[in-house]
Order: sequence, then structure tokens, then C-alpha cells
Amino acid sequence: MAKYICKRIIMAIVVLLLIASLTFLLMNLVPGGPFLSEKAPSQAVLDALNAKYGLDQPLHIQLKNYMVNALHGDFGVSLKMQKNRPVTDIIIEMFPVSLRVGIVAVIVAVICGVPMGCIAAYYRGGKMDSFLRVVMTLGISIPGFVVATLLLIFFGVKLHWLPTMGLNGWTSYIMPAFTLAFYPMCYLGRLSRSSMLDAINQDYIRTARAKGVKGKAIIFKHALRNALIPVVTYLGPLTAGIVTGGFVAETVFCIPGLGRYFVQSVLNRDYPIIMATTIFLAALVILMNLVVDILYKVIDPRIDITKGGEH
Amino acid sequence: MAGGDKSNNPVLLQVENLKKYFPIQGGKGNAKWVQAVESVNCFIRKGETFGLVGESGCGKTTLGRTILRLHEPTSGRIIYDGEVIYDGANGKNQPNMLPYRRKMQIIFQDPSASLDPRMTVGEIVGEALDIHNMCKTKEERTNRINELLETVGLNAEQSNRYPHEFSGGQQQRIGIARALAVEPEFIVCDEPISALDVSIQSQIVNMLEDMQEELGLTYLFIAHDISVVRHISDRIGVMYLGNMVELGESRELYANPLHPYTKTLLSAVPIPDPEVSKTRQRIVLEGDIPSPINPPSGCRFHTRCPYATERCKTEVPEWREIEHDHFAACHIL
Repeated sequence: MAKYICKRIIMAIVVLLLIASLTFLLMNLVPGGPFLSEKAPSQAVLDALNAKYGLDQPLHIQLKNYMVNALHGDFGVSLKMQKNRPVTDIIIEMFPVSLRVGIVAVIVAVICGVPMGCIAAYYRGGKMDSFLRVVMTLGISIPGFVVATLLLIFFGVKLHWLPTMGLNGWTSYIMPAFTLAFYPMCYLGRLSRSSMLDAINQDYIRTARAKGVKGKAIIFKHALRNALIPVVTYLGPLTAGIVTGGFVAETVFCIPGLGRYFVQSVLNRDYPIIMATTIFLAALVILMNLVVDILYKVIDPRIDITKGGEH
Repeated sequence: MAGGDKSNNPVLLQVENLKKYFPIQGGKGNAKWVQAVESVNCFIRKGETFGLVGESGCGKTTLGRTILRLHEPTSGRIIYDGEVIYDGANGKNQPNMLPYRRKMQIIFQDPSASLDPRMTVGEIVGEALDIHNMCKTKEERTNRINELLETVGLNAEQSNRYPHEFSGGQQQRIGIARALAVEPEFIVCDEPISALDVSIQSQIVNMLEDMQEELGLTYLFIAHDISVVRHISDRIGVMYLGNMVELGESRELYANPLHPYTKTLLSAVPIPDPEVSKTRQRIVLEGDIPSPINPPSGCRFHTRCPYATERCKTEVPEWREIEHDHFAACHIL
């Protein structure tokens, strides 16, 4: 097991290096640069700025310098958005904001989504099932900005129940968290419905009934434990995606989180911030996937993660 | 088993006009039905092995499961040991099966699929003990689980392992230990050996036979392999397309099959002697098995029966005792 985790971590570092190089190259291929604005600076100023931040050197030298610095923990300073502030400082400031909203959203998605799927599966073919399936299909098809705007109009503007912007007090978490949670909640619902239906029709459920296990115990003890396996797979990338912040939710509700900042950094060509946030996000996704793979072993004894994909 | 006459034993299980229809096309109202089990009558005596044979899809497994009410019957009556455990006349108001789950058990066909992959063997066997409050202390429970595993030829140390770590034959032993845990009287063996290697099959059959002797069990043994059923059964029922077509004492049924379908079935059993095989006349049926969604009118076998008459097409043959202890449903008898 320890050997397996070490192997995965080494692989993760290789993947991160590849992602970093690719992002670096792509980012530089995009026209424009951090110092261009409506009021164009003179060529002399531009040259001086480029020289100061090392942007005048050939690309491969820039990449090498960046990598060497990054491996020493120095991810550079912001070129434009918060001029000369170390990028790591910015991430340390913004990530917890996104993380807090994101964790609430993940909890909401799991706590509502999985039972929703189970209830639909339990009453399969019935009215409850049809109703929940409509809700879940809507949830997957309605884009986040629509959900956010509708919430804003009803609960913020019309009813004045919830604050419309910022993060002050727990009530201000409700709408952004729900916006972030709505899609994954419905997706989880559909996923757990289908895997639950699959589990309910398995032979071992019949065995449990033959033993005399009662209806609800069959659902929770036998079916759910087996149905959760595919659900956990989705949870890894989901958590990584949500806690790094949703651009839409953070923009609509004016939350100073990482998700919004990431998109702004791309628009502003603030190279070091683009690089750092991309690497950070990738690392988080890789980490969550590793966690999921280890969790797999815990919830499904048939899986031996240290050997290929075979059971 | 085959030894000893059990024809005077009291009746343990009586099935009267049992029907099981499955809905298809999901909807209510004008839904279609798969008539998986149609008006089956039979009884099983205490301590005997009742063999059930028939082609794939003829409703053997459904009948076995419906008797245990793992499928809720559509109509009919099931009487176990003098107590009615299902009566179609009472609608949804049926007796609670929990006390009968201790007496009636089942061994499933696919051993790997019928064991919960997330439970250890000990948990699988122990769950049944917990449900029926059979062990007072933890120690008693552990001892009982170990004892059961040893009864079926596994080691007590294997109780912490998961089902996938065992071979097919061992998994079926776990399934048997699980069924035996509640000390049942009656066990439905639903093709317990058809998923196993031939070399393992005889081990399991022998084990089942030994257990019957030791524990005084009654079996409903479902199989499509007639030679196995013949070896193990005291009496045999033959099913075709949801109907029981013939029922008789094992040797009698072989020596003197009455129903045309039974004759066909027996003539298809391979004989490991080329001389006999050459001289024997094999009856080959025309056509395929009709669909149980739209079964033929009258006698369900009339579309393939070499002796079918006009009467067979319209009138359902009555289930009657043709000779002593030998039942069949056919107009020409």
C-alpha cells in the first residue's frame, strides 16, 4: 500500500510538470500580454517591464527559470492584478473563501443528492420517482448562471430573505452554495438512482430477503453499501472542482474566491497567477483522485488497487 | 434420498393452483403479463427430495421462489406444515413470512452473485442468526458461525474473508452454510450445481445428501440436468411452459412416463453406452417453446405434441392422478 501511494505521488509530480509546461506554452501562444492596456505604454517602458520580469528572454529559458523557481516554492509575483504581490500569498488568501463555500456545497450535494436517488429507486416507476427524475433532469440541464440569477431575484431582491452579495454570516452562504451544489446534487441523484436500481436487482438482495432481512434494512445495509461505489468515483473530481471555486457563483454573488480570480487572471494575462492556479487545481484533482482510489479499497473489498484494473 | 420409502411420510408443503404472472410494459391497466407459473398443484412430503425438471424458462426457478414468497404469488394457495402461508383469496393481507424464513430456505444458482460482495463470510452467515435472534452472546454467535463453516467443509479462519476470495465451489458452500444457519426444515435448491465445474458438482450433491440424512431436511431440487435429478430425487415433477405436466415417484416416472413431454425429455437424456444409444428411438420435437406471454390455448404443449388432437387446442387438460401417486395433465391419458 505505502509503495503504491509513493508510486502514485511520483506519477502525480510528473503529471504536474507536464501540465505546467503545457499551460506555460499555451498561455504564451495567446496574443497580448500583461502590460497592454487601453493607454498603451511607450516601447521603452514596455521593454523595461519585460526585462524586469524576465519576459524578454526566449520561451524555453523562461520555462526553465519558472520551473526551477517553482520547484523551490517560488511561484513569482502578480504582474498586473495585485502588482508585485507573491502569487502564493494571493492563493492563500483566496482559496479558503472558495473552500468554505465549496465544502458547504459538496455536503449539500451529497446529503440531498444520494437520498434523492435512493428514494427514486425505491419507488421506481411511481409518482415520486417521476417527480424526482424531472427535478434531477432539470438540475442537470439548467446552467449555473440561470440558477444563480433566479435565486438572486427571488430570495434576494423580491423576498429580501438572503443577502445578495459577499460572505457575511451564514445566511450569505446559502445561495452560492446551492448554486454550486445544484448540478452535482442532481447528477449524484441520477447516478445513485441507477446504481441503486442495479444493486436492488442483484442476487444478493434476494439472498437477504430469503434470510428474512426487512425492506428498509435491505436498502440501507445491502443495496446502498454496494450502490455507493460508483458514487464515490464521482465525488473525487467533484470535490476538487467545487472547492476551487465556481466562476459563475462567485461572480454573481460577488465572492472574492479563487474561481473568479482564476478567470480574471486569464483575461488579464497575469502569467504567474494563471500558472499557479492551474497547477494548484491540477494538484487538487490528482490528490482527490488518489483519495478516491484509496477509499475504493475501503468500500469495495473486491478491488485490489495495487494491481491493474482487474478484480 | 433414493434409499428408504418415504411415500408414507406426512405432507410438508402443499401448493394449490399457484400462479405467478410478471407484468411487462411497465404500465398499469392494459399491461401484458408473463405467465411464468400457471396453476401448479403439487405436494412435498417430509424428508423427501422433490426434483423439478424442465427446459430453461419453463418456470422452475420462479416456482421455487414463489413457494418461498420471494416472488409474491399472483393467486393460489401455499400451505406449509399445516399452516397457510399464502392464500390468494385474502388479497394483500398475507401472513408475515419472518417465522417461516427460519423454516424454509433457499440455495441459489449463482453462488458468486448471491453473496453480498461487501460482507465477510462471517457477516453473511451471522446476519441470518441476528435476524432470528438465534444467539444470545457474541461468543455463541462466533462458535455457531465457525461450526456452520466447518459443516460445509470450510475453515473457521476463513470467516473474515470476503466472498470473492473463494472459488465457485467454496462460494456455494458459503451459500449452503448461510441457508443452514437458521436450522431450516425445507430447502429449495435452485440449480445449486449448474454454475459449478463438473468435478465440484458431485461434491456438492453428496454434501447435500449427507446433510439431508443428518438434519432430516426436505429438498425441492431444481435442475435441468435430468440425470442428477434422477440420482437425488424421491419424486420428480416435470414442468413445461409454466405448467406442471407430470409428477411421479422417481423410478416410476423413468420406467413409465405418461405425458408426451416427459417421454420426449427422457428420450433426450444421453446414455453413456453407444449400443443402447443406437437402438433407442429419440423423439424430436418440432418448433420452439412458445412465449409465456401468449401461451397456446388449451393444453400449452399442443403446438409441439405429436399426439395433439382438436380437443387439446381448446380445452385445458385436468391435473389428475392417473395411477397411484402418479399425476399428469393430458387429454389422451
